[in-house]
Amino acid sequence: MGQLTTGEREFASVILLVLMILGIAMAAAGRFDPMGVHGGMVFLYSGALLWWILTSFFGKEPDASRFSSYYDDPIKVGVALTLFWAVFGMFIGVWAAAQLAWPSLNFDTAWSSFGRIRPAHTTGVIFGFGGNALIATSFHVVQRTSRARLADQLSPWFVIFGYNLFCLIAVSGYFMGVTQSKEYAEAEWYADIWLVIVWIAYFVLFVRTLARRKEPHIYVANWYYLAFILVVAILHIVNNLAVPVSLGNAKSYTVWSGVQDAMVQWWYGHNAVAFFLTAGFLGMLYYYLPIRAQRPIFSYRLSILSFWGITFFYMWAGSHHLHYTALPLWVQNLGMTFSVMLLVPSWASAGNALLTLNGAWHRVRDDATLRFIMMAAFFYGLSTFEGSFMAIRPVNSLSHYTDWTVGHVHAGALGWVAMITFGSFYTLVPSIWKRERMYSSALVEVHFWLAVIGTLIYVFAMWNSGIIQGLMWRTYSPDNTLVYSFVDSLLAMYPYYIARAFGGLLFLIGAIVASFNIWMTVRTVPVAVQASSDAPLPSGIYGATTSPAE
Amino acid sequence: MSDRLHGKLERTAVGFMLAIVVAGSVGGIVEIAPLFTIHETVEDAPDMRIYTPLEAAGRDIYVREGCYACHSQMIRTLRDEVERYGPYSLAVESKYDHPMLWGSKRTGPDLARIGGKYSDLWHVAHLINPRDVVPESNMPSYRWLATTQLEISDLGGHLAALRAVGVPYTEEMIASAAADAYGQSNPDSDQSAGVTERYGDETQVSAFDGVKNTVTEMDALVAYLQVVGRLTNAAYENTAAPEQVPDPNN
Ligand code: HEM
Ligand code: HEM
Repeated sequence: MGQLTTGEREFASVILLVLMILGIAMAAAGRFDPMGVHGGMVFLYSGALLWWILTSFFGKEPDASRFSSYYDDPIKVGVALTLFWAVFGMFIGVWAAAQLAWPSLNFDTAWSSFGRIRPAHTTGVIFGFGGNALIATSFHVVQRTSRARLADQLSPWFVIFGYNLFCLIAVSGYFMGVTQSKEYAEAEWYADIWLVIVWIAYFVLFVRTLARRKEPHIYVANWYYLAFILVVAILHIVNNLAVPVSLGNAKSYTVWSGVQDAMVQWWYGHNAVAFFLTAGFLGMLYYYLPIRAQRPIFSYRLSILSFWGITFFYMWAGSHHLHYTALPLWVQNLGMTFSVMLLVPSWASAGNALLTLNGAWHRVRDDATLRFIMMAAFFYGLSTFEGSFMAIRPVNSLSHYTDWTVGHVHAGALGWVAMITFGSFYTLVPSIWKRERMYSSALVEVHFWLAVIGTLIYVFAMWNSGIIQGLMWRTYSPDNTLVYSFVDSLLAMYPYYIARAFGGLLFLIGAIVASFNIWMTVRTVPVAVQASSDAPLPSGIYGATTSPAE
Repeated sequence: MSDRLHGKLERTAVGFMLAIVVAGSVGGIVEIAPLFTIHETVEDAPDMRIYTPLEAAGRDIYVREGCYACHSQMIRTLRDEVERYGPYSLAVESKYDHPMLWGSKRTGPDLARIGGKYSDLWHVAHLINPRDVVPESNMPSYRWLATTQLEISDLGGHLAALRAVGVPYTEEMIASAAADAYGQSNPDSDQSAGVTERYGDETQVSAFDGVKNTVTEMDALVAYLQVVGRLTNAAYENTAAPEQVPDPNN
């Protein structure tokens, strides 16, 4: 906050005051409803931020020298919030996993029953952990690759704190039973509207920063961040159109119904995977991989091919979530066809990443951070191959509704999303805090192995249970009757549910180790002599700059 | 050549964004828009009913508790599914479902044909503690539903919102929503005649949770579970499924 001018502090105070009033209004209108609780939370959240600003309201004006350095303070807060949500979301994941094995672990209370904590897990990890990681790294990458400072002082804070308010309202809502039930879009209408406002601010900030670039070309990583921001906005708005019961009621009904709702939901759902969990994180890959490996990206052409392939093909693939259902067959077939074609740009990305490492294998061997990034690319290749395979109708007839899907999800989520994030963070943290190195490279190594082993246990357990489940459901006896009851198949799952909880626990411990290591880096590692090249170029200069790959 | 073209595109943020939006929109438009115009997407079912206020409230509880996270309501057109659960699901059956609850994971069995399969009593016992009736189950218990009164005063508002998104509730239905919810769960009360009058003779009027003179969340949820899959008989007529219509009296 130290870099805000008096005018910016005033403006921020006004925004927060307006939010506090909105909070009071929500609390009053929704006093017989969970919305009232949310009103109170909005009030306290913005009140706390306002307090923070007021304590330094009359501090001295920042001097103009700030414009000759990058604006990294919001990124630091984003990193801290990412780690908070990682530990929170994965803890809920382990708890949910444990409940499936030992159902009494919800202690018979409403808020902690499986159906309520499951969306708290998915939202906590996807939006809390993943979203914060994407916003924080996008601020870092867009500044470095454009050689320009963020276009604005205040809006980065608005984006970060506004986004986390959304996450907070969403996740706390599920515990109270406030949900739309649309997977990955469970948050209710007022949270959705708030996210649109935050997202517009994010979009404007990102594009204005790009417009200030001292580089003629927009770097590949930024293509992906742009696609992530733009497409998520479209998906979010269309899927969340709804009519609330009243302005004082948290409940709303979506405008879509039945088949159309199913298609819109999975068009959204699959592309949340594509543009949230894939495109954004590919943006990370394309920046942190070449930096860490100290090699340029293997092929520029492959990156063009894969970018447009992903942007175009993914949007057709959503209907593979609805094979053999009441959705018209031609839509299912289109979805299947495009899902299979999607393998080409997906493997082009994964291949491009792995080939970039060719010649740097000695670094992969010695540097656990680079190994995180390599593993991520590997799991990206694996889960996209698996996804394309599962999208084929006969395969899906077995896998759908089973734990195989959950295994696929976590091969992507743990192996790809989480690993690329940690690999990027171990590169980003010393850089923005200007430290010589991480506090402990041994702990990075420990985290790496916890993550890999945890992921493998999780994924193998779910592959096994999913395939067993799918096969049991369709096993016929010689006289043509079904052999197993549903409960028989459930009984067969218990050992795998226990194994999954254990694998998840290892992964969670890894995330805690990472948070500790990052905390200690900031607290104890000496500040490095500043690398003079890590600064924006003065305006008006098109420099011969060192972008990570050209 | 194409490299140079792309080189140009990379120099303009606006052009690049437009290209992303165009490339990204085609798939969705081609696949989604026709679903609203092509008549064949949703079958005709003249006997299709709509949820009573009590059933709609039960559906909201089903959503609130996240039952959809473990139970699908979509029987696929596969032989083993039809034999295990009943006739495969038709589009028309979720025509008035905002949102649809087809689900994506079966930690528990599919529920698309649960209506009428078990008695009210079974459902109540099962929801209070699943392991009392299915010892191997890992489903959570929902005992608080039986002791929580259903908020019926604002049910009219819920129906009005549903009407705004396309469910054909009448003015009268909205006005008598609270009374109908009470009547449906209290068979001998004055209010119960109106329910069948407005929602059809097929509507089940019953003290779902076994207790009269109150309307609990348990009443609502069980009423909903008993109507799932029974808003229309279309699925039994149009499909060559081996099953018969479940007997509502068991
Ligand atoms: C500590 C690690 C984790 C554990 C133990 C864990 C556990 C679980 C469990 C038990 C479920 C419910 C599965 C079911 O309904 O049968 C689930 C679902 C899910 N998790 Fe995780 N999870 C972990 C990490 C993550 C991460 C890091 C992400 C994303 C970045 C993630 C994304 C998801 C998604 C998207 C689903 C929904 C899957 C579906 O609908 O098919 N999880 N997880
Ligand atoms: C070529 C790329 C991919 C294709 C074609 C693909 C395809 C599929 C298919 C066929 C399903 C199962 C749908 C069902 O039967 O219900 C699925 C589920 C899922 N996939 Fe992928 N996948 C791809 C990549 C990824 C990646 C990289 C992630 C990253 C985390 C991911 C996350 C998910 C999630 C979260 C679900 C669960 C949705 C749900 O049921 O809730 N996928 N995917």
